[in-house]
Amino acid sequence: MSQMVNITINNKSISVPSEYTILQAANANQIFIPRLCFLKDLNETASCRLCVVEIQGIKTLKNSCTVKVSEGMVIKTNTPRIRNTVKQTLELLAANHRFECWICPREHNCEFLALLRKYGIPNQMAEAKEFAKKLPITNDRSDAIIFDGSKCILCGRCVAACEKLAGTGVLDFNERGFVTFVGTAQNYSIEDSGCIYCGKCIQACPTGAIREKEELDYVEELLHNDEFYTVVQTAPSVRCALGEEFGLPIGTNVEGKMYQALHLLGFDDITDTNFAADLTIMEEGSEFLSRFEKWMNHQTSHLPMFSSCSPGWIRYIERYYPEYIANLSSCKSPQQMQGAIIKHYYAKKIGVPKEKIKVVSIMPCIAKKYEAKRPEMEYDGVRDVDYVLTTRELARLIKRADLPFTELEDYRPSSPLASYTGAAVIFGATGGVMEAALRTVAEKLEGKPLPKIDFTDIRGVESGIKEATVRIAGIDVNIAIIHGTVNVPEMMNRIRSGEKQYHFIEVMACTGGCVNGGGQPIIPAHIAESIDVRLERAKALYQIDQDSSMRQSHINPEVAKLYEEFLGTPNSNTSHHILHTHYQQKPIFFIK
Amino acid sequence: MLVRAHVLVCGGTGCLSSKSEQIVTRFNEVLNELGLNKEIQVIMTGCFGFCEKGPIVIVYPDEVFYSKVELSDVDAICTEHLLKGRVYQPKVYHDITEEDRSKVTGFSQIGFYNRQLRIALRNCGVIDPFSIDEYIGRNGYEALGKAVTEMSPIEVINELTKSGLRGRGGGGFPTGTKWKFAYNNQASQKYIICNADEGDPGAFMDRAILEGDPHSIIEAMAIGGFAIGASQGYIYVRAEYPIAVERMQHAINQAYEYGLLGKRIFNTDFRFDLEIRLGAGAFVCGEETALIASIEGERGMPRNKPPFPAEKGLWGKPTVINNVETFANIPIILLNGATWFQQIGTEKSKGTKVFALGGKINNTGLVEIPMGTTLREVIFDIGGGIPNQKKFKAVQTGGPSGGCLTSEHLDTQIDYDNLISLGSMMGSGGMIIMDENNCMVDVARFFLEFTVDESCGKCTPCREGTKRMLELLEKITSGMGTLEDIEKLEKLAHMIKDASLCGLGQTAPNPVLSTLENFKQEYIAHVVDKKCPAGVCKELLHYRITDQCIGCGKCKRNCPVDCISGDKREIHIINQLACIKCGTCQTACPVHAIVVD
Repeated sequence: MSQMVNITINNKSISVPSEYTILQAANANQIFIPRLCFLKDLNETASCRLCVVEIQGIKTLKNSCTVKVSEGMVIKTNTPRIRNTVKQTLELLAANHRFECWICPREHNCEFLALLRKYGIPNQMAEAKEFAKKLPITNDRSDAIIFDGSKCILCGRCVAACEKLAGTGVLDFNERGFVTFVGTAQNYSIEDSGCIYCGKCIQACPTGAIREKEELDYVEELLHNDEFYTVVQTAPSVRCALGEEFGLPIGTNVEGKMYQALHLLGFDDITDTNFAADLTIMEEGSEFLSRFEKWMNHQTSHLPMFSSCSPGWIRYIERYYPEYIANLSSCKSPQQMQGAIIKHYYAKKIGVPKEKIKVVSIMPCIAKKYEAKRPEMEYDGVRDVDYVLTTRELARLIKRADLPFTELEDYRPSSPLASYTGAAVIFGATGGVMEAALRTVAEKLEGKPLPKIDFTDIRGVESGIKEATVRIAGIDVNIAIIHGTVNVPEMMNRIRSGEKQYHFIEVMACTGGCVNGGGQPIIPAHIAESIDVRLERAKALYQIDQDSSMRQSHINPEVAKLYEEFLGTPNSNTSHHILHTHYQQKPIFFIK
Repeated sequence: MLVRAHVLVCGGTGCLSSKSEQIVTRFNEVLNELGLNKEIQVIMTGCFGFCEKGPIVIVYPDEVFYSKVELSDVDAICTEHLLKGRVYQPKVYHDITEEDRSKVTGFSQIGFYNRQLRIALRNCGVIDPFSIDEYIGRNGYEALGKAVTEMSPIEVINELTKSGLRGRGGGGFPTGTKWKFAYNNQASQKYIICNADEGDPGAFMDRAILEGDPHSIIEAMAIGGFAIGASQGYIYVRAEYPIAVERMQHAINQAYEYGLLGKRIFNTDFRFDLEIRLGAGAFVCGEETALIASIEGERGMPRNKPPFPAEKGLWGKPTVINNVETFANIPIILLNGATWFQQIGTEKSKGTKVFALGGKINNTGLVEIPMGTTLREVIFDIGGGIPNQKKFKAVQTGGPSGGCLTSEHLDTQIDYDNLISLGSMMGSGGMIIMDENNCMVDVARFFLEFTVDESCGKCTPCREGTKRMLELLEKITSGMGTLEDIEKLEKLAHMIKDASLCGLGQTAPNPVLSTLENFKQEYIAHVVDKKCPAGVCKELLHYRITDQCIGCGKCKRNCPVDCISGDKREIHIINQLACIKCGTCQTACPVHAIVVD
């Protein structure tokens, strides 16, 4: 039970819970306080000094983001002294920022720019020659991500996100004072620094200082090149977030408009990664069943089996827990499976040489860019996937083409590789892969249709590690779901303790799963505080699942056809060649 | 062992670097040769404070004060003074004002010392810092014994509160109150930390105490541990103080041997452990929350307060952090009583304060004076005034975070509140004296350069703002400044003071603000008249050849940039645009025909 305290803000007497900060109290009463560094529960360092307020009895200004209210506190948030401070602070930040907003991916939702606009900040300091600019330190030695120091305002949000969400702590401040810059230790190559490309830093950044490595221009060129047959695939989570880039509410399902936009953009063929998600269940489910059987017969089985859909998680385990690589499912992720099926099966069906096909995938993820470039991800001389765009990049592509997105008619692609079940679309939410797998595996083990296929207790985001025991065919199967790699060490401790034999563990690098991936639209900090973006987007996916006529992967007729015409059975020789892969330990900070 | 004389040799960092260690060795050798080693004891002590005159040797019981002693003087001091009983005149120290050079003034009667009151420095220069017995001989560890056997923790805290002792590290927060906060916060583990991260340029009182009287810190920290309920203490000292670290570690080991640290101190249930933590020498780590972060192994950056360390400090536990000098006062307060301490000082600032005198002053060194002493007494009586008959211009107190005071303020009584009301601060006790040849804009620029270097980079106003202030000052000192720049500088300074996260940023503008307040005309001279009245700012100097010139051509030949022209026996001319103001021509001119204006 929280106690209430009486305070006065801007001459108005109000009563707020005693655990509130001044910023919370102000927000609850529609009083605007500017802020840049504050991310609730994540980055509470009070370093930007923009949220300063006057508190009666205290000589200097105080930051409102972490200072708690107390009985009788008298606060002012909008005096000339405060406005003057905020303006000067913004001007100081501006003087050290490279403004090239027209090409910046954050132009439309840059938190810094919004404040500069609101306060009408001049930028004479940046032009005066007596004022030095910091050295723009960049780190782009990666296939997925770019750190651009010239746009960094040193708020530290990415540093906190890296430590507290990814648990990798790859980012920190280097140097000090005026020459401080954020990056890997001594600006070591980001690829080799232990970064897993989850992109939590991108989502935390208030400006465009950290962003995905763009492939937008290549794709735009490709779409105007008649030499190639372009096939696009879209990940489950893209459809529930893309609309946000066009002003639609968070978690709006825009699947039909998305297909239409892709069609109008000129892709020759539109497929859906959901198809490969169903396929993944067939492959991964069979792999699990065979390991489980071995375990039952006391043979070496490498249980628990870890899911392998999340490339961020793959990067994590290869670097931090290589001793568990054998426990990873050998399945490629749905993105790569879809690409491989397009090139080696679909190409023949549509009569296009596989070399002439370019696969573009739209992903909620930046690690997918890296995944597509892994050397393992090719077969018979062709890459599985050629280009990867994030949800954000797709939105920009649509904007470049002047498509009136919100007014587009729904479109339904005709490709069989766009067919999917409800089990596939929930891959985007944490627990979704596990639920989809159970819907199929349990039925296979039981040998009869399940009475109930909703496993609602493994959904949700309250806990970073979710555990459950499912009784299948008289055997207790222990499962666990992890979202956010920061939770992995705790899970590994539980596994090592040997208290319980875990059988199947789903891991998603991002908290909330792919819906909250590093390639998804970025929600400004003050909005993300009042809405759980993960839940809103996941809700849309579960709704699609609920409305689907087919809700189990193994009843997808097109998947069945694929096995019939091409693969044979799950885990067949063919599928091993093109749908499975292997992983290996990767060093961090190695000296060349 | 009873001896007839003691030879005390200063073993502070300053004197050590001028070979005082070899001097001790030589003394022992010579005394051995003379067969005096049984009756005369040579001791290497901590710092005497009068660093300007080092290496210093004092011979007791005669109280003869030898200054600037060189290795070659040792033999003479031994044979003359120690063997024959005749004072060795050439090295006896004389006050500047002393006209009779044959008179020998006893150590305690010297102008530098006779107005001082040494409480925190009571053992510095008196005892051998390597000897716990000598410390005990000076009533050492008696206060700790009294506290743990006769007093309750709250009685210790009340005594301290009553004494009126305030933090000597800069803020001046009442020590008793700080301890009370930590005492009241219930926790399974609490910590006590000694902040020995002395970072102000020119301040070295903490080093002197650590080097000269390490046991007083150990004793005080143990008392603190007893009072607040902490069983673990840390001394956070910068690695640049190797001698202090060595002596401190030695003292800690001795205290453990004597059972004054560790389990069952004075046979009670009180247990206290002490460890040294080395800092890498970042100025900001003197800020308590940054210091804590540094001990925890994090990047040394301050965090926002509240919560204060007394509530959530080291590893989230209640922690008391006091400065070295504060600790040094504590044992003697407990021994002599709060009432004794209260009588020293002013109404709100009790006791004494150690200052490090530096800059344009005759007697550079450490002085400890009762609060309430005027700046005039410190500078002119103890400090011996300004060298070379120059005029006093300003005194900077509080290091890079302090402000500059003028001759108008000379009769100010030194205490926390007076200095703050004048726009400066006590700080850790740096006191830099400036004469008419110092340019105040340049002084402000100098201090800003320091804070820009030392800013941790966490908060915007300090990271970005101090750099911009420095750039504006550089613009002004290079003659490119405008009146708007001064206005902008002032505005920025107020904002940084108001909005920065920690004390470093909040005080960084002080040198600028106080010089703007007290020496605005000098700023205006720089931007309007394009002149530096003190003749410091190079870009604003103009070398000019007067008609005294005999046309000898020496200046022309010596000019490194060939900017002087003129025929033989004609008056030469300096090309102002090309001149780099190096002054070579002025030195070369045989007839002093080159002037600066």
